[in-house]
Amino acid sequence: MAEFFQYALSGVTMGSIYAAVAVGFNLIYGTTGILNFAQGEFVMLGGMIAVSLAAFMPLPLAVAAAMLIVALCGGALEILFFRRLRSHSALHMIVITIGLSIVVREAALHVWDESVRSLPYFTGNECSSVHLAGAALSPQVFWVLGTVGLAVLVLHTFFRYSLAGKAMRACASNYEAAMLVGINTANVRTLAFSVSAGLGALAGCVISPIGMTQYDMGTDLAIKGFAAAILGGLGNPMAGVAGGLLVGLAESYSVKFLPAAYKDATAFAILLLVLFVRPHGLFGRRQGSAVREA
Amino acid sequence: MRPRPLVPVLAAALAVVALQVAVTAAGREYYLTQTIMAAYYAVVALGLCLVMGYAGQISLGHAAFFSLGGYTSAVLTTADLTPLARSGWGGPLLRLHLLQARAGLYGGETIGANPWAAFGGALLLTFAVALLVGYPALRLKGHYLAMATLGFGLIVYRLLLGTNLTGAADGITGVPPWRLGFGLEISGDGAQRIANYYVAWGLVLFTILLLTHIVHSRAGRAFRALHGGETAANSMGINTAAYKLRAFVLSALLAAAAGSMLTHYSGGIGPSEASAMKSVRYVALVAAGGMANLWGVLVVSATLNFLSLRGCFGSYDDALFGALLIAIVSLAPEGPLQPLTAQGRRLWSRLAGHRVMTTPEGPAP
Amino acid sequence: MKRLLTTILAGITAAGMAMAADEKPAQEPIKIGAIFGVTGPAAFLGAPEAKTAEMLVDQLNAKGGLLGRKLQLVLKDSGGSPEKAVSFAKQLIEEDKVLAIIGPSTSGETMQIKPICENAKMILISCAAAEVIVNPLAKYVFKVPQKDSQAVTWIYNTMKAAGITKIGILSDNSGFGQAGKAQLEQLAKVQGMEIAADEVYDKAAKDLTDILTKVKARDVQAVVNWSIVPAQSIIPKNMKQIGLNVPLYQSHGFGNVKYVKAAGEAAEGIIFPSGRLLVAESLPADNPQKAVLMAYKHDYESRYKEDVSTFGGHAYDAVLVLTSAIQKAGSTDRDKVRDAIETLKGLPGTAGIFNFSPEDHNGLALDAFEMLTVKDGKFAEYKK
Repeated sequence: MAEFFQYALSGVTMGSIYAAVAVGFNLIYGTTGILNFAQGEFVMLGGMIAVSLAAFMPLPLAVAAAMLIVALCGGALEILFFRRLRSHSALHMIVITIGLSIVVREAALHVWDESVRSLPYFTGNECSSVHLAGAALSPQVFWVLGTVGLAVLVLHTFFRYSLAGKAMRACASNYEAAMLVGINTANVRTLAFSVSAGLGALAGCVISPIGMTQYDMGTDLAIKGFAAAILGGLGNPMAGVAGGLLVGLAESYSVKFLPAAYKDATAFAILLLVLFVRPHGLFGRRQGSAVREA
Repeated sequence: MRPRPLVPVLAAALAVVALQVAVTAAGREYYLTQTIMAAYYAVVALGLCLVMGYAGQISLGHAAFFSLGGYTSAVLTTADLTPLARSGWGGPLLRLHLLQARAGLYGGETIGANPWAAFGGALLLTFAVALLVGYPALRLKGHYLAMATLGFGLIVYRLLLGTNLTGAADGITGVPPWRLGFGLEISGDGAQRIANYYVAWGLVLFTILLLTHIVHSRAGRAFRALHGGETAANSMGINTAAYKLRAFVLSALLAAAAGSMLTHYSGGIGPSEASAMKSVRYVALVAAGGMANLWGVLVVSATLNFLSLRGCFGSYDDALFGALLIAIVSLAPEGPLQPLTAQGRRLWSRLAGHRVMTTPEGPAP
Repeated sequence: MKRLLTTILAGITAAGMAMAADEKPAQEPIKIGAIFGVTGPAAFLGAPEAKTAEMLVDQLNAKGGLLGRKLQLVLKDSGGSPEKAVSFAKQLIEEDKVLAIIGPSTSGETMQIKPICENAKMILISCAAAEVIVNPLAKYVFKVPQKDSQAVTWIYNTMKAAGITKIGILSDNSGFGQAGKAQLEQLAKVQGMEIAADEVYDKAAKDLTDILTKVKARDVQAVVNWSIVPAQSIIPKNMKQIGLNVPLYQSHGFGNVKYVKAAGEAAEGIIFPSGRLLVAESLPADNPQKAVLMAYKHDYESRYKEDVSTFGGHAYDAVLVLTSAIQKAGSTDRDKVRDAIETLKGLPGTAGIFNFSPEDHNGLALDAFEMLTVKDGKFAEYKK
């Protein structure tokens, strides 16, 4: 029983990381309709910058600074590359975000290097653990879950009550109509990119003690976060969290029954199944033609 | 009136011959090594061009088809099938030349599958897999299709990496030469290089010929209609799903054929051929060539792969491909060669005494 | 269309001519080819290897080169891809006409180019660990890292001395991990070890508590982890977190103090076999390797401002073996140099003392290793 529960906690650990990435994905997708393959690079950059800054300043300040820098980068990318591309097809968007992700990754390799870095554990150290019903997990997982939860809560409030948030929701539901009622849609998109990049950077900081930070971590995280977002239902941050946790749990329980070498293959097989059977995700609304043809 | 596909293909064939004569005359035949490898990768890009440029569908899993072909050939030809050959089945199989004996590099002799048989097996397997994946996946749109093909590619990569039969991380080495007859063989043997060059570029030209034919046929018109608007195409009575699936399967088969042949040429294959980065590279090449521009894709992919395989980009290899993706899609989404090709076409039309074409074949905006 | 093609053809030919028209100095340098995965998934190995090789060649040239000639390193970044390694090997052999090739970093790449080098009679000194590189023996193929089987023997001997017989094996899915896993399984039968769990994880893994849970459920007395990737620091952390309190043995791939730092307190007590590079300072002055190790450590760390690792040491050894053989042969004739490598005896390198022979193209004996442990965040000799 304790073993069974330990798998669950292990799944939650990984799942919380995927969820953190998926929230950022959904934020951009929900507002702009762009699936940002470079989201994983925001996470990497956040971790890298925070680790570099932590040498000069206290940890909370370093994390905040990293978030700010990456948020500015995210906004700048939108202005530089996406603002003028509004009319292009999904194909072009996918290609360009993939290109961005590669360039950012390779730039990170040349700015930093190939070695791994990590932030210190926020509470406790490498050995400390929290025991629950005979199983255990690192206290850092609570930091990740807490951060993700808080982010979703703040986003929810922001979307619901602030003017900028309402503008973003308007863009998401009908771009042209939003433009007609006088919303500066271009700025809203830039805002979405900034916020999402900042969130990604924050995720990169809180997961750094668990999985460490290195230049090529972004792609793997992006793919898993992507899977989580689709599993939950694209465009909905809350569903992304659920999706992330589900992917994590599926992976960890697959280890119990199958050789661990096929762990990722299992996760992707489940994803394909969901895509083929229920492409709008487990918690998403059926949107008909936006997702698939008849 | 469009230029007949045969004429540019003949011109290209002349160019291929001229290139070989030029490097041989210059005493720099070693350039052909990378030219051969680049040709096989170009076939994959051309196949993907049909899917992306003409059918308007994205595939982030083409490296998986390439490696399905390569690995099937490698596994079947290097596996020690001596027990099978000794069993009751051995006689007929050997007589049909489905099995063949080969000498090991370090002595000894083993019996493995005939490369022809392995090639057939590779195509069959790829056909089945492409159909199985393509059927449900091509019903998805845009981002969902991208994710589905990416997921498929990753599954193949993981399976290759996690299975001992496929050599796990080390891949498979010691793939025997593929004797085509008439003294030709696909192998890395230096003496066979010129022959291999013509085999590889023969495949490229065959691919071009096949694809131009398709693009200019009824299917091609269906693709263009599909690209313009799927619902409209559907209501015109075009079975869009079937056309998309055919394009997908054909391009998968081309990738597998290239993979199988390159594996014989290199003498082995590793799991990096199936990685997501490789799939992304093929997409990059198609985008850089101008999506719906077979000649553009051919020129760009052959040149870039040639330079990349020669190590011209050093540690900036991946970075260059990424930067290329961004630059071309944001600055010249029709491909950097589009203005050049348009000019060429105008010139051709003038020479042939025809009016300038008014409807370019480029992709829908 | 025709004009387009001709233009392109002319362009390619012109570019080719330009590339071919290399500068020809008065005295030809001795060319050494190197293929390392400086970027990509094997960058942990390739980057320090490339840096080390560049540093050594610069040092030798500053001293006047070899046989009165300068050395020239033709470095190629394979990005860890075998197909590039194949292309580069052919290029180095035919175009650059190098004297020998050092590298590649991974066993997968090495195995792809082994037959190419053997057929072309090109010396290949590999920096990858797998035993298949030198067994079956190829006349022109050598390797400098210690053998996996020797590392496993050390680990099993240490375990037996501690009364451990039931173990769990973890390995990453790189070539290094899989070669080690094969040796661990094979020698377990000989040595009478019981393998209760045997799992492979991805080289980019971020958390491994799930796999360790599976291992924990099998009641093992110790865990062996075989990998070169950052997961080496994640496993000790996860073991402590889920309360799997058994000794952790790692492979010689743990030879980088960055991994100890990344694992922090959890790294304490990890036991692993290693060359003596990591404990160079504490070696007795009469140790034949001490001078080489201290020199390499000092030079590397002062030039690149980063900690030295055993991986870079492999490139050091490859260059060392090659240059020693050139000196001994007194010529740059490839076959003479090859023969000279087989006669090198008692050559102290970073991995151990090399004693090559026509039957042994690795040249390292069991004593190349020593069991180390982590004590107060530093490497120390393991004493029972």
